Amino acid sequence: MTIPFAITLDVGSSRANHTGSWRVERPVYVDRLPPCNDACPAGENIQGWLYDAEAGNYEAAWHKLVEENPFPAIMGRVCFHPCETACNRVQVDEAVGINAVERFLGDLALEKGWTLPEPGSDTGKRVLVVGAGPAGLSATYHLRRLGHHVRLVDSASRLGGMMHYGIPAYRLPRTVLDAEIARVIAMGVEIQLNHVVHDVEQERRDGKFDAVFLAVGAQIGKRVDIPAGDSSRVIDAVNFLHHVANDDPPLLGRRVVIYGGGDTAFDAARTARRLGATDAVIVYRRNRERMGASGEELEQALGEGVTVRWLSTVNKFDGDHIVLEKMKLNADGFPEPTGQFEELGADSLVLALGQDTDLSLLEHADDVAVRDGSVEVLDSMMASPSGIFAGGDAVPAQRTATVAIGHGKRAAHGIDDFVTGRVAEPKERHELASFERLNTWYYADAPRTERPELERIRRQTNFEEVIGGLSEDNALFEARRCMSCGNCFECDNCLGVCPDNAVIKLGDNMRYQFDYDFCKGCGICVKECPCGAIEMVPERN
Amino acid sequence: MLRQIEGSRAIAETVALCRPEVVCAYPISPQTHIIEAVGAMVKAGTLAPCEFINVESEFAAMSVAIGASATGARAYTATASQGLLFMMEAVYNAAGLGLPIVMTLANRAIGAPINIWNDHSDAMAVRDSGWIQLFAESNQEAADLHVQAFLLAEELSVPVMVCVDGFILTHAVEGIDLLEQSFVDSFLPPYEPRQVLDTKAPVSIGAMVGPEAFEEVRYLAHLRQLDALERIPEIAQEFFEATGRESGGLVRPYRIEDAEVIVVAMGSVLGTLKDTVDERRNAGELVGVLGVTSFRPFPSEAVRNALANASQVVVLEKAFSIGAGGVLSTDIAIAMHRDETILRTVVAGLGGRAITRRSLEKVLEDASHNQLAPLTFLDLDHEAVDRERARMQATRRSGPSAENLLRDRNTVSQGAKE
Amino acid sequence: MTSQRVHFYQIGSFAVGNRLLDQEERTVQAQADRANSIDSGHRACQGCGEALGARYALDAAMRATNGQIVAVNATGCLEVFSTPYPETSWRIPWLHSLFGNAPAVATGVAAALRVKGVKDVRVVAQAGDGGTVDIGFGCLSGMFERNDDVLFICYDNQGYMNTGVQRSAATPPAARTATTEAVGPEPGNTFGQGKDLPRIAMAHNIPYVATATVADLHDLERKVERAMEIRGARYLHILVPCPLGWGSASDETIHVARLAKESGLFPVFEAEGGVIRSVSRIRRPVPVEEYLSLQRRFAHLFGAHPRPDVIARIQSMADENIARYGLFAPESAEESV
Repeated sequence: MTIPFAITLDVGSSRANHTGSWRVERPVYVDRLPPCNDACPAGENIQGWLYDAEAGNYEAAWHKLVEENPFPAIMGRVCFHPCETACNRVQVDEAVGINAVERFLGDLALEKGWTLPEPGSDTGKRVLVVGAGPAGLSATYHLRRLGHHVRLVDSASRLGGMMHYGIPAYRLPRTVLDAEIARVIAMGVEIQLNHVVHDVEQERRDGKFDAVFLAVGAQIGKRVDIPAGDSSRVIDAVNFLHHVANDDPPLLGRRVVIYGGGDTAFDAARTARRLGATDAVIVYRRNRERMGASGEELEQALGEGVTVRWLSTVNKFDGDHIVLEKMKLNADGFPEPTGQFEELGADSLVLALGQDTDLSLLEHADDVAVRDGSVEVLDSMMASPSGIFAGGDAVPAQRTATVAIGHGKRAAHGIDDFVTGRVAEPKERHELASFERLNTWYYADAPRTERPELERIRRQTNFEEVIGGLSEDNALFEARRCMSCGNCFECDNCLGVCPDNAVIKLGDNMRYQFDYDFCKGCGICVKECPCGAIEMVPERN
Repeated sequence: MLRQIEGSRAIAETVALCRPEVVCAYPISPQTHIIEAVGAMVKAGTLAPCEFINVESEFAAMSVAIGASATGARAYTATASQGLLFMMEAVYNAAGLGLPIVMTLANRAIGAPINIWNDHSDAMAVRDSGWIQLFAESNQEAADLHVQAFLLAEELSVPVMVCVDGFILTHAVEGIDLLEQSFVDSFLPPYEPRQVLDTKAPVSIGAMVGPEAFEEVRYLAHLRQLDALERIPEIAQEFFEATGRESGGLVRPYRIEDAEVIVVAMGSVLGTLKDTVDERRNAGELVGVLGVTSFRPFPSEAVRNALANASQVVVLEKAFSIGAGGVLSTDIAIAMHRDETILRTVVAGLGGRAITRRSLEKVLEDASHNQLAPLTFLDLDHEAVDRERARMQATRRSGPSAENLLRDRNTVSQGAKE
Repeated sequence: MTSQRVHFYQIGSFAVGNRLLDQEERTVQAQADRANSIDSGHRACQGCGEALGARYALDAAMRATNGQIVAVNATGCLEVFSTPYPETSWRIPWLHSLFGNAPAVATGVAAALRVKGVKDVRVVAQAGDGGTVDIGFGCLSGMFERNDDVLFICYDNQGYMNTGVQRSAATPPAARTATTEAVGPEPGNTFGQGKDLPRIAMAHNIPYVATATVADLHDLERKVERAMEIRGARYLHILVPCPLGWGSASDETIHVARLAKESGLFPVFEAEGGVIRSVSRIRRPVPVEEYLSLQRRFAHLFGAHPRPDVIARIQSMADENIARYGLFAPESAEESV
């Protein structure tokens, strides 16, 4: 139809008016570092694998997970999950149960028989890995993916290091541990068990290794001088747990006192209960707030009948009684003796006061620096320019399996750079996705799904796993609680809230782009982006 | 078939023959009988399909018509006086948007003082709105003009107002020959809108137009009215050929060929004028009458030609521009553009005052003797005016003039004020 | 019933869309092929709530009717910024007549469609608060009373913004406008005046009345959808913050609207046949200060000469709303207001 002049107009003609010229600031999409990823000692792309899990793509999620860490089922049980501590959702309701989802994925992978990535094509380079604990196994996994030959040696008769000999089975069932280790070994690894490396340089020369990774752990329980009538009734916790792991539990009697406040102390106490101790008493010189073990672990132990004597030290053990001295915290929070004593009946005393590393194998490695019983390393975990790398409990760091796994990965890449003569490029790190950048209005109130606990009575008497796994429904729910801090997860908010229709949707999983012809730079998209993945930048003239 | 019916009834039935699809109205005297009749036909189902909408004001009435017309429906309404002013904004808007709405205007005076009787003040108030304004001389013409109005409006996309003198025509019962449905259907094709709200071909109607194009929009509207100057006589001719009735057209001359004095007027007064002219002719005066049927567009050329030989033109108006003078007179003067012709304005019939044969004869007689003042108010009660003027000079708080005048004539209680 | 119908836990029911949802459960605005009834290139201010609200409502109506919408627009910001010759931003059939007659024009459109037997095309009339509660009120009341088949949407930005921010009968008390300046002992707009049009609409017993804000898209779209299921006169009152007139930052438009609702100052509800059917509960309660302090039109209540007394009066208005509509109650109740 011939429409009347000027008063009647053809539709959509305003697109000739490029309102983008009004703009003084422009929105840009950014990716920020989520706090979970930032906090993960193993360097997992947690948000990345949650993104797939949210959609029910568990296999994709698992594959993304094992890019960084080959032990999701193990981690899902024993990791102390600093990711959850860092999780921004804590400030909304509760942290996302990342660890539980990780375990769900790990267990599902074992059930479905999903396989790790193929080893890389052979580079001809040979690497000696000393110690088959989490650091050594992690390094082995990544080195194999890079195509390097690995010889994995360990003084024990089984693989796993502290994961096997330190962590009780009720926390980490051996079937799970063995299955995840077996997956790594299946990538083709030369294994030497029951082999003690006395001189690392010698061992390296003999085996013509291009590099060495030392992951020897910290196996020697610390002792303190306690007057004891019967020293056979005093045992260190590492030793105790090692024996239990070897199905050779020492006889501790009915009344067991454990001295120390770390995870190992609780592992020992809970294990003692399972071995038949009627009294398992932890003696700790500080109070609950200053304890090394997690609150979660304390709760579980108390639930199993373990008791704790706070602010107490072991003064004397005569084989039947322990004399405790009451302590008090001074102004700086350090415990001080009070001169008040009390007695406690005890058949045995387990010392859980920390561990030391045996570094005698480095005696001839002159260019490796050792300080305070730990090996000094660079960021790449390199301990010597000649190609010795170290990680896990042997280097100064938090002594956890997760940290060790992270070390193993980092060392593998350091070794790769070393043996190929490549200079590592510093990785660009995104700005942290802090809570202030989020618009949490958009996140529904969805409380965390607790993993079921075995009935307490059952776990006092056997080594069955205490914490159960999430059902698929719960795992999906939990994954979907992720707020995707700092990274677009395609909620369509920017697309919807733009008054100028200046956001173009590029399709599922392809995110969006701004139409700067029309964007007036109002900034609503930035304000209403739930996850803080848009920012305003001054307009270029 | 000739029927003795009221003018309003004839208009309503003719409008119904035009098959309007949306009719909306708000009651105001003297328009009420028209819309009552149309409403009854819709209610009874004899006029169908048609939506009859009782609105809450004249402003809404015209607005409903605007919406309906823009959606492609043939829309009709009717009003008068205050109602027209109340819808004024929408009246302009309908024209500005080029929507071919047809409206009957039952001409009535505008208050204050409130007055329900006939004059042309209302029509004059919207003369610049862009509507075509056709004035009916009789009820027969009033009825017939509505058919022509729809045709004209829809052809040109211009709204048309059919001006019918209130009460004098609307409430007069006379013999009227109503058209046949078959004829109207053949004469008036279905409405084919120039622009329409259509989900299949969406457009934006009613844009904001700035200085860069507003003048052009207005000029185009003017050109459409000039087109109407061509079509109005053609349509009247077609109508005449089909019915034998001289309804419509631009102007209607009566005995002007040799006239020295020509009286120009609009609407029902033309009948009385013609009778008066006949009378004066018998007395030997060379007088004639020129009826203006199309006030907008104003047929300047036709007027000029008709008045070319007159020595004196008397414009008899039922309205005037306070503080200036005649309204129609101004248009006539511009159309004639001849200084040698004497132009006189006679304002008559305001607020329904009867225009008598005797008074008109006096006007013609005075004109023939060149004794008419440039501006004459017919049958003005000078004494009453003088009394009120005196009162106003004497007392600051002299009270409302209208009531004072009535009191002077003992038509309201003396006690009302004292 | 609150708007939390769908539990997609990550993002709640509050975001525009989510890749994890089925297409039909996402909002209309999440669709790449949404109608964009009002297109880019319009001349609304940065962060205009009305431009946003109009697209939200009309796109939802477009989806609900399978694209069969005709819109009538009153004079005002929306009309001026969308259709300055030679460009229009509308992609739907659209008619602007006058400031005060949009409801009547819409009646005419609906009548024309009815007489032509067109049943699938639906009429939406829209106006700002001035065109609704003031100059268009007579026509609106008439349209309501006749129960004409029109959805009338008021985009309420609480003043005459197009003419330079003057007071309307929808301007809240104490707000500064160009005709209620922040001077004298009682600065800003007078207390105790103004029209509550949603309740007036309910008093007409029309089939559907609802309020919404641009801060809750799911709720807004659901209400448009519900409105389009019903024949007869329907009224939707959408709060659309105006950065210019309110003196709020252009990026705060949605946030301010959210606070209006969360503070209780703007109750969000729907009513059918004059009876309240649902109320959007307050999710994260805030005192009115939090809402007021983001807007320069209330700046005279803060700063060097604060007016806690005035703020308290505004708070009591919010409290009255909360009580009247049960904005804190856990369950929805059918109640007459």
